[in-house]
Amino acid sequence: MTEVSDYRRIEESVTLSPMPASPSAPETDGERTDELLTLNMGPHHPATHGVLRLLCTLEGEVVRDLRPLIGYVHTGIEKTAEDMAYWKVVPVVERMDYLAYYFNAMAFCSATERLIELEVPPRAQYLRVIHMELNRIMSHLVWLGTSALDLGAISMLWYCFREREQILDLFEMSSGQRMHPRYIQVGGVFEDIPLGFEAKLRDFVSTMPERVDQYAALLDRNEIVLRRLRNVAVVPEQELLALGVTGPLLRATGNPWDLRKAAPYSSYDHFDFQVPVGTIGDNYDRYRVRMAEMKESTRIIEQALDGLPEGPYISTNRKYALPPRHELATSMEALIHHFKLVTEGYRVPPGEVYEPIEGPRGELGCFVRSDGSAKPARVHMRDPSFVNLQALRPMAKDLYIADLIATLAMLDPVLGGIDR
Amino acid sequence: MPDATGLELIAQELGDAREGAVLDTEFFRGRALLVLEPGGAHDALAALQARGFHFLSSLHGVDYFPEEPRLGVHYELLDMAAVDRISAKVRVDTQDPVLDSVVDLWPTANFHEREVYDMFGVEFRGHPDPRRILMPEDYEGHPQRRDFPIGGEPVLFTHNEPSVPGWWK
Amino acid sequence: MEVSRQAVPRPDEFRARQLKARDMLRGDLDGPELERYVEEGLLTTTLDRAANWARGNAMFPLTFGLACCAIEQISLVATRVDIARFGFEAFRASPRQADLIVLSGRISIKMAPVIRRIYEQMLEPKWVIAMGACSSSQGVFNNYAIVAADKFVPVDVHVPGCPPRPEALMHGILKLRSQIQGQPDLGWRSRYQAAGTEELLQPVAAAGPHAENVTGTGDASA
Repeated sequence: MTEVSDYRRIEESVTLSPMPASPSAPETDGERTDELLTLNMGPHHPATHGVLRLLCTLEGEVVRDLRPLIGYVHTGIEKTAEDMAYWKVVPVVERMDYLAYYFNAMAFCSATERLIELEVPPRAQYLRVIHMELNRIMSHLVWLGTSALDLGAISMLWYCFREREQILDLFEMSSGQRMHPRYIQVGGVFEDIPLGFEAKLRDFVSTMPERVDQYAALLDRNEIVLRRLRNVAVVPEQELLALGVTGPLLRATGNPWDLRKAAPYSSYDHFDFQVPVGTIGDNYDRYRVRMAEMKESTRIIEQALDGLPEGPYISTNRKYALPPRHELATSMEALIHHFKLVTEGYRVPPGEVYEPIEGPRGELGCFVRSDGSAKPARVHMRDPSFVNLQALRPMAKDLYIADLIATLAMLDPVLGGIDR
Repeated sequence: MPDATGLELIAQELGDAREGAVLDTEFFRGRALLVLEPGGAHDALAALQARGFHFLSSLHGVDYFPEEPRLGVHYELLDMAAVDRISAKVRVDTQDPVLDSVVDLWPTANFHEREVYDMFGVEFRGHPDPRRILMPEDYEGHPQRRDFPIGGEPVLFTHNEPSVPGWWK
Repeated sequence: MEVSRQAVPRPDEFRARQLKARDMLRGDLDGPELERYVEEGLLTTTLDRAANWARGNAMFPLTFGLACCAIEQISLVATRVDIARFGFEAFRASPRQADLIVLSGRISIKMAPVIRRIYEQMLEPKWVIAMGACSSSQGVFNNYAIVAADKFVPVDVHVPGCPPRPEALMHGILKLRSQIQGQPDLGWRSRYQAAGTEELLQPVAAAGPHAENVTGTGDASA
C-alpha cells in the first residue's frame, strides 16, 4: 500500500543526528556522539508476555540492541521430574508451557512410549489429536487476544477469551480440569470422552471458522494493524533457521516446515489439512499464519471426529496402563497390576530418546533418558519459545519501542516454556 | 532417520576425516546416535553440518552419574530437506568440563549452551556470552547435576512435625 | 519467641453489644460502662467503616502475572467471570497506583526480590492474594527453584487450586473485600467453631496471648 511506504518515507526523513557542536565543544573525530540509553523493561511489565526482562539499548526511541534476561519463572521442572515415577511426571511437565499443556504431555508421553515401545491404540491417537488441536486453537486465541491488546485493539481480548471459555468447557468435559488436565497419559488418554462431548465439539467446530472470519474482518485490513505490522521486524529465513526458529515464525517466511506433515505422528497423516505459510516474514505474516492455523486446526478436529475409531482409549498392556476399575473386583491379575503401577510405577528399559512434536510455537521436543528404574533419569524439554526468543534480537534491531512491543507479541513467547 | 547402515557410513566418514572422532554408534528405537570424542566434537559436528544437517534442534546436557565420564552433552541435528535426524553425544567429566562451542556453526546454540553451563557446569570455549541463564547470576552450584539436592521444604506430617521445630518462623 | 493465640471476637459478642446498645438507648448505662461503650464505638467509627467500604469496593489490582495462574486471572477479567461486576477491572500497571497484587503463579528465587520490591513500592493500604498452590506453598514443585509467597510478603488471602478457576479467584477476592470492610468471612471456621485458630501477621506482643507470627518479621509493616 502506498500509504504505508509514504509513512515510512516521512519517518525516514527524520534524522536522529546530534545537535550541531558548539564552537567551544571539543572536536570529535567523526564518530557518532549519540548517547545510547540502556533501558530495562523489567520482569514486571504489562506488555512482556510473562516475566521477561529486556535490556534495551536505545538511541532516542529506536532499539539498537536487545538482551533478553530470563529465569524469572524457572521452576526446576526437569529436576523435579527426575524425582517422580513416569506417570507422575506428566502433570509436572504439563505446567511448563502453560498454554500448550496437552503438547507438553504429548511430547513426554511419546518419548516414554518410544522407550517402552508401547503401541497407542488408534482411538487414543485420534482423541489426542482432537485435544491437541483444540489446545492449539486455544493457544492461538490467547495469543491473538493479548497481542491485539498490545496493539490497542482491546475488544479482541474479550472475543478471544469468550471462545477460549468454550474450549475450556470442552476440556473440562473430557478430563475435569480446565488447564493442566493430565489427560494425555503414557499409552493413550486418561479417559474416554463422555456423552455430549461430541455434540458440543461439533457445535464449537461449526461456529469457530466464522468467528475466525469475524476476527479477520476486524483486524486483517485494519489500517492501524497494517501500518504497525506490515514490513516490521523482517528477518530472512536463513537467519531464522540458523537461530533454530520453528513454528509459525518460520512458516511466516515461506518455509512450510511442519512436523505434522514432515514426520507425522499420532495419525496426523490420516487428516487432510494445509500448512499456512507467509511470504516475507514480517509481523503481519506471522499474524496471518496463526489466524489461518486456527482454521486448519478446526478442519483437523472435524475430520478426527468424523473418523473417530472405536476401541480402547489407552493401551491394553496392563503393565503400563491402569486396568479399568471394574476389573479390580474380579481379576487378581488386574489388582496386582494396579498395585504395582500405583506404588512403584512401571520400569522403563534403559535408553535415551528425543521425540519432537509440533507445538503451537514450534518444535517441542522431549528428551528422556531412562536408567531402567521407575523414575526417569533425565527429562529435558526442548521448548520452542526458548529458542524463538533468540530471534527477538535480530527482529528488534532498529525498531521503535512500540514496534518492539508488537514484535514481542507476534513472537508469542510463553515464559513458562522458556524458563521451565 | 538414517538407518543402521547409514549411521555406520556416517561414522566411517567422520572417523576417516579425523582419527578417533567417533567413539561409538548407537541405533536405538529407530534413532541414530553418534558418540563423539570431546576434542574432535566441533569438527565432527561441522562435518555433519556439511553433510546436510543444517538445523540444530536441541543441545542439552545429561548427567550420567555415577557412570564416568559424568556429564554428557547431546546435539540433536535435523536435516530438513531429507527429513532426517541424527543425534550426537559427547561426554566430559567434572574435572575438565570444557567443550568447544558450536555457536559459530549454529547460532541457536547460544541459549542452549548457556543453559547447559548453568545447569551442569559444562563450559563452552568460544561462547560469546558465558553467563548463567536461568538461575540468578550469583547462584552457586549446578542444579541439574544428579548429586545436587533437589531442595524444597520438608513435607510436614504429624510424625515429623516435632522434629522440625518452629517451622512457622 | 512465644507462641500465643488470640481469640477473634466471637459472634455471641454481637448479642452483648446489642444489649449494651439497648441499655444505652434506654439511658441505663452510666459511669465506667458508659465510657467504655463510647470508646468501643469510637474504635470502629462510621467514618472508618465508610472508608473501609470504599476501599473494599474500589480495589485496583496490579497487572501482574507470573505463570499459568495468570491466564486464569485474565479469564477473570474476561466476560464469563467478570470482575467488572464488582468494580475491580481497573488494573493498574504501576505499583504506585495499585493496591492489590495477585501473585498468580510460581515464584522463583530470581523473581522473589523483584516481587518484594514491587510490594514495597505499593502504597498503603495494600493487599496480597496468593493465587494458586505454587505461590501459597510451592504447589506441585518442591524444589530448589521455588519459594512460597508468605516467606517474603504478608499474604492476606490464599486461593487454592492449580490453577484455581476464575470463580475461585473471584471468591478469594470477595473474601478479601469482606475482610477489608470489617466483616471477615470466617468460612469454615464459623462452621466448625474454630474461631481462635487464625494466624495473625502482627507483632506477637501486641496481638495478645494467642497469636502466631508466620512471617517472623515481628514488625507491623511487614
